[in-house]
Amino acid sequence: MDIPNLALAMPELLLAGGSMILLMIGVYSGESSTRVVTGLSVALIILAGVWLVWVPGTGEAFHGAFVMDPFARLMKILVLIGSSVAIAMSVGFARLENFDRFEYPILVVLATLGMLLMVSANDMIALYLGLELQALSLYVVAAINRDSLRSTEAGLKYFVLGALSSGMLLYGASLVYGFTGHTGFDGISAAIVDERSLGLVFGLVFILAGLAFKVSAVPFHMWTPDVYEGAPTPVTAFFAAAPKVAAMALLVRVVHGAFEPAVSDWQQIITFISIASMGLGAFAAIGQNNIKRLMAYSSIGHIGFALVGLASGSEEGVSGVVLYMIIYMAMTLGTFACILAMRRVDGMVEEINDLAGLSRTNPMLALVLTAFMFSLAGIPPLAGFWAKYFVFLAAIQAELYILSVIGVLASVVGAYYYLRIVKLIWFDEPEQGFVPMASELKIVLVGSGLFTIFYVVIAGPMSTIATAAARTFFN
Amino acid sequence: MADLPILTVVTFLPLVGALIIFLIWEDSEVARRNVRYVALFTTIVTFLVSLGIWYRFDNAQSGFQMVEKTDWIQQGGIAYHMGVDGISMLFVILTTFLMPFCVLASWESVKNRIREYMIAFLILETLMIGVFCALDIVLFYVFFEAGLIPMFLIIGVWGGARRVYASLKFFLYTLLGSVLMLLAIMAMYWQAGTTDIPTLLAYQFPTNMQTWLWVAFFASFAVKMPMWPVHTWLPDAHVEAPTAGSVILAAILLKMGGYGFLRFSLPMFPLASADLQYFVFTLSVIAIIYTSLVALMQEDIKKLIAYSSVAHMGYVTMGIFTANIHGVQGAIFQMLAHGLVSGALFLCVGVVYDRMHTREIAAYGGLVNNMPKYAVAFLIFTMANVGLPGTAGFVGEFLTLLGAFQTNTWVAFGATTGVVLSAAYALWLYRRVVFGALDKEALKSILDLNSREKALLYPLIVLVIFFGVYPSAVFDVTQASVDNLINNYQAAIEGTVKAAQAVSN
Repeated sequence: MDIPNLALAMPELLLAGGSMILLMIGVYSGESSTRVVTGLSVALIILAGVWLVWVPGTGEAFHGAFVMDPFARLMKILVLIGSSVAIAMSVGFARLENFDRFEYPILVVLATLGMLLMVSANDMIALYLGLELQALSLYVVAAINRDSLRSTEAGLKYFVLGALSSGMLLYGASLVYGFTGHTGFDGISAAIVDERSLGLVFGLVFILAGLAFKVSAVPFHMWTPDVYEGAPTPVTAFFAAAPKVAAMALLVRVVHGAFEPAVSDWQQIITFISIASMGLGAFAAIGQNNIKRLMAYSSIGHIGFALVGLASGSEEGVSGVVLYMIIYMAMTLGTFACILAMRRVDGMVEEINDLAGLSRTNPMLALVLTAFMFSLAGIPPLAGFWAKYFVFLAAIQAELYILSVIGVLASVVGAYYYLRIVKLIWFDEPEQGFVPMASELKIVLVGSGLFTIFYVVIAGPMSTIATAAARTFFN
Repeated sequence: MADLPILTVVTFLPLVGALIIFLIWEDSEVARRNVRYVALFTTIVTFLVSLGIWYRFDNAQSGFQMVEKTDWIQQGGIAYHMGVDGISMLFVILTTFLMPFCVLASWESVKNRIREYMIAFLILETLMIGVFCALDIVLFYVFFEAGLIPMFLIIGVWGGARRVYASLKFFLYTLLGSVLMLLAIMAMYWQAGTTDIPTLLAYQFPTNMQTWLWVAFFASFAVKMPMWPVHTWLPDAHVEAPTAGSVILAAILLKMGGYGFLRFSLPMFPLASADLQYFVFTLSVIAIIYTSLVALMQEDIKKLIAYSSVAHMGYVTMGIFTANIHGVQGAIFQMLAHGLVSGALFLCVGVVYDRMHTREIAAYGGLVNNMPKYAVAFLIFTMANVGLPGTAGFVGEFLTLLGAFQTNTWVAFGATTGVVLSAAYALWLYRRVVFGALDKEALKSILDLNSREKALLYPLIVLVIFFGVYPSAVFDVTQASVDNLINNYQAAIEGTVKAAQAVSN
C-alpha cells in the first residue's frame, strides 16, 4: 500500500486514533471526565471536518475499497456536523438528567467513524465494515440509559432488527459476489453491463432491503418509532440526523456506483419504497401524541421524499437527494433542539400538547419551531420547500408522474400534522412555560433557524454545491 | 430615478416595516401604539411608492415594464425576475391601496398580540405584491404559496369561534390545489427549458400536454378563486377571519386565482383553454346561480357576502374564458371592482361587529335611525355589489356578460339570472339590517361612524363611484396588454386550425 493515499483517509484515522485516546481518558478518570471527553469529542470531529474542508484531494485508497470524491466529501462534512451538534446538544441534558456517561460521546465518535467509512465505501466488504461499526455503536447508544425500561427496550429492538437487516445485506452481497465475481463496486458495475442473471437481481433486492432498514424506509421502518421514543432525546436527535445522511449516501453510492447498469431493476424498488414511505409517514403521524414518535414518522416520510430523487436515476435526482439531506438535517437538528428545550421545572416533557400556547410563553422558541414545522411541511419560501422542489423536479424529468402525484398528495396529508403543532403553539391557551434553555441549544436553534428561514438567499450556491457533488457519478 | 428597482422596493418595503415592529420587543400600551403607527406608516409609504409604478407605467406598451432580472438558482433555471404589464399593474396598486385600510380596520378591534398581527399582515402584503410582480413562474409559486403561512395564522389566532377548523380547511384546500400546479410548473420547465414567464408565454406547448398542464393549473386557481364546487373553504375562512383578514381574502387573495388564469392558463395553454371553455362556463354559471341562491338563505352577514363573492368570481372566470376583448377586460375590471366593493362591505360588517360582536342578521334591524351615515355608505356598497349602473360593480358584470353573449347566448342568459338574484339577496340583507323598526334594546344606543371609520369608508365610496362613471381609468392601462393577449390567443387557435386543415388536405 502506498503511503500518500493515507491522506485521503485522514479524517477516519483521526477519529479512530482519537476515540482510543478519549476512551483511555474516560476509563482512567471515570465519570468525572464526561465533560472533558465530550468537549474533546466535539473538537476531534471538528478537526476531522476542518481537514475535509481544507485538504482537497480525490482518489482511491486501499486498493479501491475506499474512495474519496466530491460527493463523499460533502456527505462526510454533513455527517460530521450532525454528529458534533448531537454531542453538543447532549451536554445540558446530561447535566440535568443524570446522563453523565463518558461512553456516550466516544460511542458517537465511533459511530461517526463508521459513517465516514460508509460514505467512502467502494467495496462490499468496506461497506459492511463501516455499516457494522456504525450500527453496533448505535445499538449501544440507544440503550445507554440502562436504568430505563424504554431505553433498553429500544436498544434491544434496534439490535435484533438491525442484525436481521445486516444479515440480509450480507446475504445479498454474497449473492452479488457469487454472480459477478467481484466485491468492488467498479468490478460489479463492469460485470453487469452486458447481462444480468436472476440471482444478481435477488442479491440487489437483499442489499436494498438491508439499506432500506438503515434509512428507515417502509417496509423496514418498524424500529424507528420505538427507538425514537425510547432512546434519550439527545440520542434520538443524533439518530435522526447523521446516520440517515450516511445511510442515504451509501444507498446512492451503491445504486449509482455498483448497480448503475441495472437502473431499470432498482428504480422500481426505490419507487415502491419511496411511495410506501411517503404514504406511511403522512398517515401514521396524524395519530401521534408523543413528539418524538411523531418526528419518527415524519423522518420516515422525509426519507420517502428524498428517495423520490434517487428513483429518478439521474444527475438531477442525486443532486436533489444531496440537497434534501442537507436541508433535512438542518431542520431535524433544529426541531430536536426545540424538543430538548421542552423542559418544565419537574423534568422533560414530550407530549405535543405540552407545546400549547408556546407563542405566549416563549415567543422566540415558538417562532423558530413554527418555521421548522412549515419547512418540514414543504411550504415556500422555507428550506423544506426547496428540498422537495428539486427531488420532484428530477422525478418529473424522469417522467415518474404517478410517483410525483402521490408524493405531493402525501405532502399535503403530512402538512396536516405539522399544522396541528403550529395550531397548538399559536391558537391554544398557554400552559405552564418551559424553563430557560441551555446556551448550546440556543446556538443550534439560531443556526438551523436562520438556515431554514433564509434559505432562499443562499439557494443558488447550495444548489451548485449539491450539483457538483452529484456530478461524481455522472462523468 | 430611472434605475430605481421600484418593484423590488414596493414588494419588500412592508418587510422592512415588519422588521421594525419585530424589534419593538416590549409589551406596553405605548409599544402597542407604536406598533400600530409603524404598520400604518409602512403601508401608506408603500402605497405612495407604488403610485410611482403607475406614474412610470406606459399604457401604450403591451409587454412587461420596469423589469428587473437577477440570476437566482441556476440549477433550476430560476431567476429573480420582476415586472408588470397592464394586467398585473393595477392589482399591485389595489393591494397597496387596501393595506392601510386593513391596518386601520384593526386599529381597535384587534387587542391581543397586535405586534404579531401587524407583522403577519406586512409579510402578507409583501407576498401578495410579489405574486403580481413575479415574472418567473417558480418565484410566482413561492410568493403564491408563502401567503398561506401568514393567512393561516391570521385566521387561526385572531379569528372567531371556529377559527381552527376554518384555518386548517383554508390551508389544506389551497395547498392541495397548488401542489399539482407545482408539478405542472416542473413539467413546463423540462419541456420549455425555462421558468421565465415571458419566454413561456411565447412558447407553444404540444396540444396533449397543454390539456394536462391546464388541468393542473386549474386545480390550483379554481380553489383559490374559488369556483364551485371547491369553494367551500371560503365561507368558513371569511366568517372566522378578523375583519381585515376578510378584506384581504376577498379583495386580493381571491384575485390571485383570476390573475393566474389570465397570466398562465389562457395565454400559455390556448388550445386547452378553447377545448375546456364550456367546462369553465358550466362551472361559472352554476356558481353564479347556485351560490346566489345559497347567499339568499344565509343568517350570517359575513357568510352572505362570502357567497356573493363566489358568485361574482363566477363572472370573472366566465369572462376570462370567453377569450374575447369584452370578456377579459370585463373580468379584470370585475376583479378590481370586487376588490373595492367586497373589501368595503367587509369593513361595513366590521363596523357593526365591533359594536355588537355578532354577525347574525337577525340581531340587527333599523340601524338607519341611529346610524344614517353608515346606512348611506352601506347602501352605496350594496348597490355596487348588485351591479347598479354608475357604480364600479356594473361595468365588470356588464362587460363579462357582453363577452359571454358573443360566445354563447345561453351562457349569458344563465349568468344574467345571477344579476337578478344578487339584487335579491343584497337588497334583502340591506332591508333586514338597516331598515325596519329599531326595536332591539341593544341597538338603541348604537353610535354612528366615528372619524376613523369615516376615513375607512368614504375614500372607498369615492372610488366605487369614480370607477363606475369613468371606467377608462382602468381600461387605458389594461388595453394594450389585453389586446396582445387576445391576439396571441386567436393566432394560436387559428394556427392549429390551419395545421389541421393542411393535414386533412
